[in-house]
Amino acid sequence: MSVLVDDDTRVVVQGITGGEGKFHAEQMMEYGTNVVAGAVPGKGGQEAAGVPVYDTVHEAVEEENADTSVIFVPPAFAGDAIFESLDSGLDLAVAITEGIPTQDMARVNKRLSETDTRLIGPNCPGLITPGEAKLGILPGNIFAEGNVGLVSRSGTLTYQVVDSLTNRGIGQTTAIGIGGDPIIGTDFVDALELFENDDETDAIVMCGEIGGEDEEEAAAYIDEHVDTPVAGFIAGRTAPPGKRMGHAGAIVSGSGTGTAESKINALNDAGVPVGDTPEEVADHIEEFLD
Amino acid sequence: MKLHEYQAKQVFADAGIPTPASQLASDVDGVVAAAEEIGYPVAVKAQVQVGGRGKAGGIKLVEDEEEARDAADSILGMDLKGYHVDRVLVEEAVDFTNELYVGITMDRGEGKPVAMVSTRGGVNIEEVAEEDPDAIAREHIDPSFGMHPYQARKAVYDAGVDRSVARDVSNVLMTLYDLWESRDGADAEINPLMVTSDDEVIAADAVMNIDEDALFRQPELAEMEEEAAGGDELEQKADEYGFDYVRLSGNVGIIGNGAGLVMTTLDLVDHYGGEPANFLDVGGGAKAARIANALDMVFSDDNVESVVFNIFGGITRGDEVAKGINEALEQFDEIPKPVVVRLAGTNWEEGMEILNEDLVTVEQTLEDAVQRAVEYAEEVEA
Repeated sequence: MSVLVDDDTRVVVQGITGGEGKFHAEQMMEYGTNVVAGAVPGKGGQEAAGVPVYDTVHEAVEEENADTSVIFVPPAFAGDAIFESLDSGLDLAVAITEGIPTQDMARVNKRLSETDTRLIGPNCPGLITPGEAKLGILPGNIFAEGNVGLVSRSGTLTYQVVDSLTNRGIGQTTAIGIGGDPIIGTDFVDALELFENDDETDAIVMCGEIGGEDEEEAAAYIDEHVDTPVAGFIAGRTAPPGKRMGHAGAIVSGSGTGTAESKINALNDAGVPVGDTPEEVADHIEEFLD
Repeated sequence: MKLHEYQAKQVFADAGIPTPASQLASDVDGVVAAAEEIGYPVAVKAQVQVGGRGKAGGIKLVEDEEEARDAADSILGMDLKGYHVDRVLVEEAVDFTNELYVGITMDRGEGKPVAMVSTRGGVNIEEVAEEDPDAIAREHIDPSFGMHPYQARKAVYDAGVDRSVARDVSNVLMTLYDLWESRDGADAEINPLMVTSDDEVIAADAVMNIDEDALFRQPELAEMEEEAAGGDELEQKADEYGFDYVRLSGNVGIIGNGAGLVMTTLDLVDHYGGEPANFLDVGGGAKAARIANALDMVFSDDNVESVVFNIFGGITRGDEVAKGINEALEQFDEIPKPVVVRLAGTNWEEGMEILNEDLVTVEQTLEDAVQRAVEYAEEVEA
């Protein structure tokens, strides 16, 4: 079992003729992902990474039965590319692109609420079910099959924590990088719900960071709805306060949330131990599984 | 990217939001000439990107030429919370009876823009938000439709704004939203929006933060950014290189990929008893030249005694990172500061083959790399 992705997933890569799109399409296929098509406006009829390229995602859905997209489109056009995925009726869209304007994502977010497509990202590494398929840019070799679900706002931090787990022989059901942007599709609560309902997932790692209130909301959700043991990590304890925090942004909800301290406290109150280092997170997971 | 007050006011004024008469000046005579043209009393306001300018002596109200000269003398050239003041805005002093707050920002929790109005303007609105959140009326906007006029009115009436100016404040809020949307604002704020005894409203301050990710479609504002550049020399350099960089007070330089991992590296330096000198995220997919620039940045900070390079490749490739490190270090006869490298993830093995190990210390794990860098920094301090 796994969540969201397995070896039946039929992937269309948006932006497959670009440098990153082609490289990672090949990497995904090498890992075993069922990449069935590419979609690049104006490049229809060509072939890239060994699969047919279509001008539109709709065509890739019609011709190749694609049900999932992975988006490697430059930021200026990525919002539009996500819209295209949502309007093509895909089950899942995974947006890797970093640097999409926030207002574009606000409009995407609105449309998302009107469709049945699930969005992962943007500005994320994607997701992987070890041994079956990976969607995105995660380095496949560090993951191992197992029974720990992982959800993280930071891509590279995901790798760091997974590395600690795998080195101890602890594998993963699925690892999901949800992205650290202000507006994202799938969030902690969504991922926690998926793992809670997955029979194969016996423990969950949740990696957060300063800013926003998603970790506090996740803590409240865990307290109410999650029986699977969860261990946490929060990056940014030593980050200087005030930097890059917009003035008006801070007053939307009052303050006192969004700091490492408030997130750690909220998680602890929900019974979630938070590691000081990635190794300590692995320690907690080891204890849960014993 | 944050516009200076004078730039934001220009943008607001061009869109039709009333602002006081004002002129920019960079020397004492310029201040006096501007003040005489506008007519006393005027406010002389330091143009630097920090909050609390008034309390720090960066804003002075002057009644005549002598006071204008004194104010210009004391403000121009002053160091305001680490920022050198080289320009002031000379501005008509508005006689007001009331101060309001209006602002537009993105509510990330809701994933929607939100308009905010309060009758408690002219003070630190963050404190108001904390002590008395109900004193700020909030109205969420559907980003695909924009703000409807009724929503602006609703926010204004909910906030308890006086009826005599409600219509004008609603109009200001609508204009502010249009600006925020069309200029890719992150935040757009007026605090205070002054109400005069004649029931006019005037934007006495102006804040406009632009979404950095959208600057590619805001060429006019991108030009303003060059004009707005100022402050810390290293942070300016980071802007030129396009890095997310924050200078800190410690002595262990930190370079990594991905904000979460870099923050974690900072946290570990602290955990092992060291002090981070900076946050530097090279971003995703960095090529060799960018890696070399990152090292150049960190070496330029005199406080740095050692550097830890923590790369866990996904989209970033270990071979490119190693090339960049070699490129940056091979130009030195002697490496200025010890560099500890930890490479993992995509193409890390290729990277380790390329990396010139005579120039750096290699560690396999994050923990070991951080501890080694902290030790190096301590050795220098001892």
